[in-house]
Amino acid sequence: MSVDKQTVAKIASLARIHMDDAELERMAPELSQILDWVEQLGEVDTSDVEPMTAVIPNTLRLRADEVNADAKTAGDRREDVLANAPAAEHGFFGVPKVIE
Amino acid sequence: MTEFTQMGVADIRDGVAAGDFTAREVAESFNAQVAAAAELGAFIVTTPDKALDAADAVDAARARGEALGKMAGVPIGMKDLFATKGVQTTAASHILEGFIPPYESTVSANLWAAGAGMLGKLNMDQFAMGSSNETSHFGSVKSPWRKDGSNAALTPGGSSGGSSAAVAARLCPAATGTDTGGSIRQPAAITGITGIKPTYGRCSRWGVVAFASSLDQAGPMARSVKDCAIMLEAMAGFDPKDATSLDMEVPEWEAHLSADLSGKTIGIPREYRMDGTPQDILDSWERGKEWLKDAGAKIVDITLPHTKYALPAYYIIAPAEASSNLARYDGVRYGLRDLPEGAGLQDMYAATRAAGFGDEVKRRILIGTYVLSAGFYDAYYNQAQKIRTLVARDFEQAWSQCDLILAPTTPNSAFALDEMQGDPLAMYLNDVFAVPASLAGLPAMSVPGGLNSDGLPLGLQLIGKPFDEQGVLDAGLAIEQRSGFDAQPDKWWA
Repeated sequence: MSVDKQTVAKIASLARIHMDDAELERMAPELSQILDWVEQLGEVDTSDVEPMTAVIPNTLRLRADEVNADAKTAGDRREDVLANAPAAEHGFFGVPKVIE
Repeated sequence: MTEFTQMGVADIRDGVAAGDFTAREVAESFNAQVAAAAELGAFIVTTPDKALDAADAVDAARARGEALGKMAGVPIGMKDLFATKGVQTTAASHILEGFIPPYESTVSANLWAAGAGMLGKLNMDQFAMGSSNETSHFGSVKSPWRKDGSNAALTPGGSSGGSSAAVAARLCPAATGTDTGGSIRQPAAITGITGIKPTYGRCSRWGVVAFASSLDQAGPMARSVKDCAIMLEAMAGFDPKDATSLDMEVPEWEAHLSADLSGKTIGIPREYRMDGTPQDILDSWERGKEWLKDAGAKIVDITLPHTKYALPAYYIIAPAEASSNLARYDGVRYGLRDLPEGAGLQDMYAATRAAGFGDEVKRRILIGTYVLSAGFYDAYYNQAQKIRTLVARDFEQAWSQCDLILAPTTPNSAFALDEMQGDPLAMYLNDVFAVPASLAGLPAMSVPGGLNSDGLPLGLQLIGKPFDEQGVLDAGLAIEQRSGFDAQPDKWWA
């Protein structure tokens, strides 16, 4: 088995997903099965191969140096930005206290 | 009275334009059909008023003698992955339940501008992760199809399973889908409809809930090749808000449709003939070859040597991108927040994400986090991206011998709901024929290839060169004209 319960607990913590013991117990063999299966990629000699960066050649564009050029992505939309926030307060996103 | 719900995109558009009937009559008819089909679970929310408002606008524009759009008067279903202003958009997840976008996705905005109307938001696999529509927070979608002599509920495929079920059941003439590793083509195939994933970059990803950004592409799902061509024209187009959007004119695919394949060469990849592929799939593939030959094409055998590595590479790349994209769901800016008593910020993130994501989404986030983590990045992620280069190179080399590729869309017909639960890997194998074209960013389409001995639809897949949607659509049309596929599921749900 390529990943044990402790490893899954560590990944879950990196991914910020709380998991109880029963869930870790269940996930470990499932993830191992998937990871064992992808191991077969190691068979392929890729020493002279560049990793893919873009499937369709494209160049990054620069937009015009203009403030709020596109109304849809422009600023001055605080109410829209906060409309779906679970705890908007005083025009900001509210979060639990982070400084003791 | 005309049976509007049996009509497709072209017939509705043309009938409305000619004044044979009004867009409002059409919308009312489909609204009623949608309301009577709750048993299928195809919609998460229905928006009958939106459909009527759009129809009224088209009828009024016609009365004023204005030019009508490409989709004028056509009510459609919208996959719940597209942000729709003022209408809940969840990606079928709990974490986005109640999310009301203050903006409209580019693709849906293009469709509304072309005169289409929205019947509702379609169910799907949660965050488009799944091939059976069983990972939705809002319940599985049932396929309108059943095996001959059986009442067992079958999968409509996934992730665009609400879309495929709704189109196959005549709840809408067409629907949007998105395809990351087969999510348009696999559900289209197993419900007997038509769906095309265009070249990566044709349709803007702006406002589409992100799963794996280097793979995600939107496309139409409908019941004919022509309807797909019309709808894709309306959806596609350059969008400066998507950095990977193609800055190219949208071709007039509908006007140039031709089923004459003289001078075309179709490649048959030998690696798609896998051990254990059922005979009915192989038989349907054979029939597909004969139909294309009959349309004037030449058939040649080709090789795509890295095919068997495409799926495992996909299951590194897609989860890696997903783990990064889904980091945004943190209970701060939108969606669910779970704040246990006395919890700090980090605990709030972990609790929110534990409560808000389903099992399959968690699995993929964990795999993605693992393959990107220190010490494993080169062995997994970098190796997968190198394999992706090789898969794309296989196709490039094939294009020196052929113009298009014909293959089955799926390795099997529709399976029963619950049949593959508990075996994630078996589920992943459903997309074995669909994933290579996704990794290479190529246009690919599924068209119906007939029914198997159980009375269930099978799909044939056409894969084309980059930007050659026309070639794909033309070959699809040639198959459609010869297959004579007109089977419909029996209406057991209303």
